[in-house]
Amino acid sequence: MITLNKRERLEWQEGLTVQALLERKTFTYPHIVISINGIVIDHDAYAETLIPDEADVRVIHLIAGG
Amino acid sequence: MTEKIIRHVLAEFAYQAPKIERGYANQTLYVNVATGEIKAKPVSEEMKFKFTGGKGFDLWLLWNAVNDNTKWNSPENEIVISSGPCGGTTQYPGSGKSLVTTISPTTEVITDSNAGGHFGPLLKFSGWDAIEVQGIAERDVVVIVDAIAGKVTVEELPDAPTDTHLLGAWLYDVLAEKPHEKYYIAMVSAGTGADHSLLGCLNFSLYDRKRQDVRYKQAARGGPGTVLRHKRIKALVVRAKPFRGDANHPADPERIARVGADMQHEVATWDPVQNRMRNRGTPYLVGIMSDYDLLPVNNFKFGSHPKAHDINGAYWETRLTQGLPDGCWYGCTIACAHAVDGFELQTGPYKGQRVIVDGPEYETIGAVGSTCGIFDADAILELNFYCDTYGIDTISYGNTIGFLMECYEAGILDLEKTGGLELTFGNAAASLEILHQVAQGEGLGRLAGLGIRKAKAYLIEHFEADPQFVQDIGMENKGMEYSMYMGKESLAQQGGYALTNKGPQHDEAWLIFMDQVNNQLPTFEDKAEALHYFPMWRTWFGLCGFCKLPWNDVVDPKNSKSAEPAKIPHHVQNYVDIFAAVTGREIDINDIIAMSERVYNLQRVFNIRLGKGLREHDYPPYRGVGPVTEEEYESRQERYDKQLREWLGLDPDAMTLQEKMAAHRKYRTERYEHLMDAVYERRGWTRNGVPTVEKLKALGIGFPEVLAVVEKHLQVEG
Repeated sequence: MITLNKRERLEWQEGLTVQALLERKTFTYPHIVISINGIVIDHDAYAETLIPDEADVRVIHLIAGG
Repeated sequence: MTEKIIRHVLAEFAYQAPKIERGYANQTLYVNVATGEIKAKPVSEEMKFKFTGGKGFDLWLLWNAVNDNTKWNSPENEIVISSGPCGGTTQYPGSGKSLVTTISPTTEVITDSNAGGHFGPLLKFSGWDAIEVQGIAERDVVVIVDAIAGKVTVEELPDAPTDTHLLGAWLYDVLAEKPHEKYYIAMVSAGTGADHSLLGCLNFSLYDRKRQDVRYKQAARGGPGTVLRHKRIKALVVRAKPFRGDANHPADPERIARVGADMQHEVATWDPVQNRMRNRGTPYLVGIMSDYDLLPVNNFKFGSHPKAHDINGAYWETRLTQGLPDGCWYGCTIACAHAVDGFELQTGPYKGQRVIVDGPEYETIGAVGSTCGIFDADAILELNFYCDTYGIDTISYGNTIGFLMECYEAGILDLEKTGGLELTFGNAAASLEILHQVAQGEGLGRLAGLGIRKAKAYLIEHFEADPQFVQDIGMENKGMEYSMYMGKESLAQQGGYALTNKGPQHDEAWLIFMDQVNNQLPTFEDKAEALHYFPMWRTWFGLCGFCKLPWNDVVDPKNSKSAEPAKIPHHVQNYVDIFAAVTGREIDINDIIAMSERVYNLQRVFNIRLGKGLREHDYPPYRGVGPVTEEEYESRQERYDKQLREWLGLDPDAMTLQEKMAAHRKYRTERYEHLMDAVYERRGWTRNGVPTVEKLKALGIGFPEVLAVVEKHLQVEG
């Protein structure tokens, strides 16, 4: 299992990438910042970055307040 | 023009435009279209300090013009329009907004609405920080502020059309003695729809130099167009002199140029890889909102639809004319104000005409489109055009039609009651037919033109509608129809809509991603803080003449590493700099919040003065909080059942559907009550939502007449 944004528990599977997580959640907003266990992931590396089991994943959408 | 134009001047006032100093003309214009009284009112230093400009000036002038019993259609109600000290700045994007304020025909309290276009800045450059128009004329009139001739007139123009696209073309031809003078003319108008409905919007014009035609932006919420036409005003017009980019005569033009250049660079760099506002405008949101279950579909029952991608941002990029400056106000590189050119109308009195359709904006696509189950781009454009030229708010109109469609499908309406219209979701032809009926004041258009709150009352009284059902599904609060975001899974946004002054428009706070997706507001206190900060921050745009979009619709990614990314600190600093550079008044973010709090609290007290503005008026319809119908619950059963387990410790497998819906309703409504308590406390209000005497005094607006309004309520509360 992984934790998304300190709230949601999601099934983990071997080979889960950041890109696959975004597609699974249909997170299509273009302006986001992603971190795994506190380390920010470069946008260009989403497709090859693996998410480990029990990871603390934050996907922060950078639009707020308006 | 060759034919003789009849102009009966009913009242005239000669004036000499003062030089603008640090963003202010230092006078406002009063026009009474009933008596013909026209006069200048001085703007004091105290008025500038306490109310800043824009909506602040509007509210203060209106507060002093009406009495406790004034209604929207009382002669003393006013239309007040002001831009603000920074309005008209050409070096920073989004600096040409106008704010209009009046007592609303649908909410019966203060409504404020903002628009681009050139009216507010040109009014100021013609010598007036604001215009307040009072009285009800005997016949249709046009108010003309003519800085070239040095006079303000109230005129009868018998040949002037009423619908905006005709009126604009006609008036610009009448008033421009030479073609280039059209660049410096701006008008505010409504249309025949505003004559016959409570949903009237105001069109704020601009002259598009590339297209050589008049275009329009809308200040629509709360029915200000209805008030304008009830006063029998066809248009407010300003005819300005040519002006330069420093027409505000700012205190420090170099500082503006430096900050502006940085921001223009940021927009040029990041917009192409972020929201593509310069190509798509606000419709970039359609597909995204559907992906996140936030796009209202079928009267807010659902949040997504497979056909949403037929009308998403990528589609509109192919449909909107590309490569033309938007012209909303000079110097705005965000350039979101797009249009579809040469659109051939298929229905109505202008069938066959090829017209410019301004927009469509995201809100319009959601309102006349998805929330009515309509995903046909041509139908959306046709509805958009006719709403604008008739002077009807697209959001309120579409939302009302979505409500009536659900009433039809629920059996409250039938073919006999609709005059033969099969008013099912997705029937664009029926929506267009009703829109034309609104403009004619006929048929079902009379009901739709009332807006949801008054339509609900009609359906209960005449068609035996279940009061609880129509209350639950009618997406209005305070009498204003919701704008186009689903807030069911974001408690903070439920407050962002209903814990507002004028009603559920998203221009106070849009917290869905922070709350629902990012989980950055986990506690009631976190939500309350957001529902204090963001409404105050955003109120400030409307005091100064700024557009909200450059604040957070394009952002350098370095912002993610700032201390408070949600607030976008480097853009906040830009605004601090621009305001100081225009006015010469050095401020910081705390001053900004204080400036807004004064105006925000005055508006709250104003609503109380008019008999509302209390806790009882701040409740959302349950459709905006949770699932009303079994169909809604079942469409998201996995989510709702999971919530029962995780939030309430219940076993949904052991519950009937009705029991599960009841458990959700109890839990969600109780949380909203807790949110109200937290927000009121944070704002310095009582549990009944009344600003305290201490709060008003601390803000510097403890005027005796202001305190007298709240003291009556505070005594009752004890």
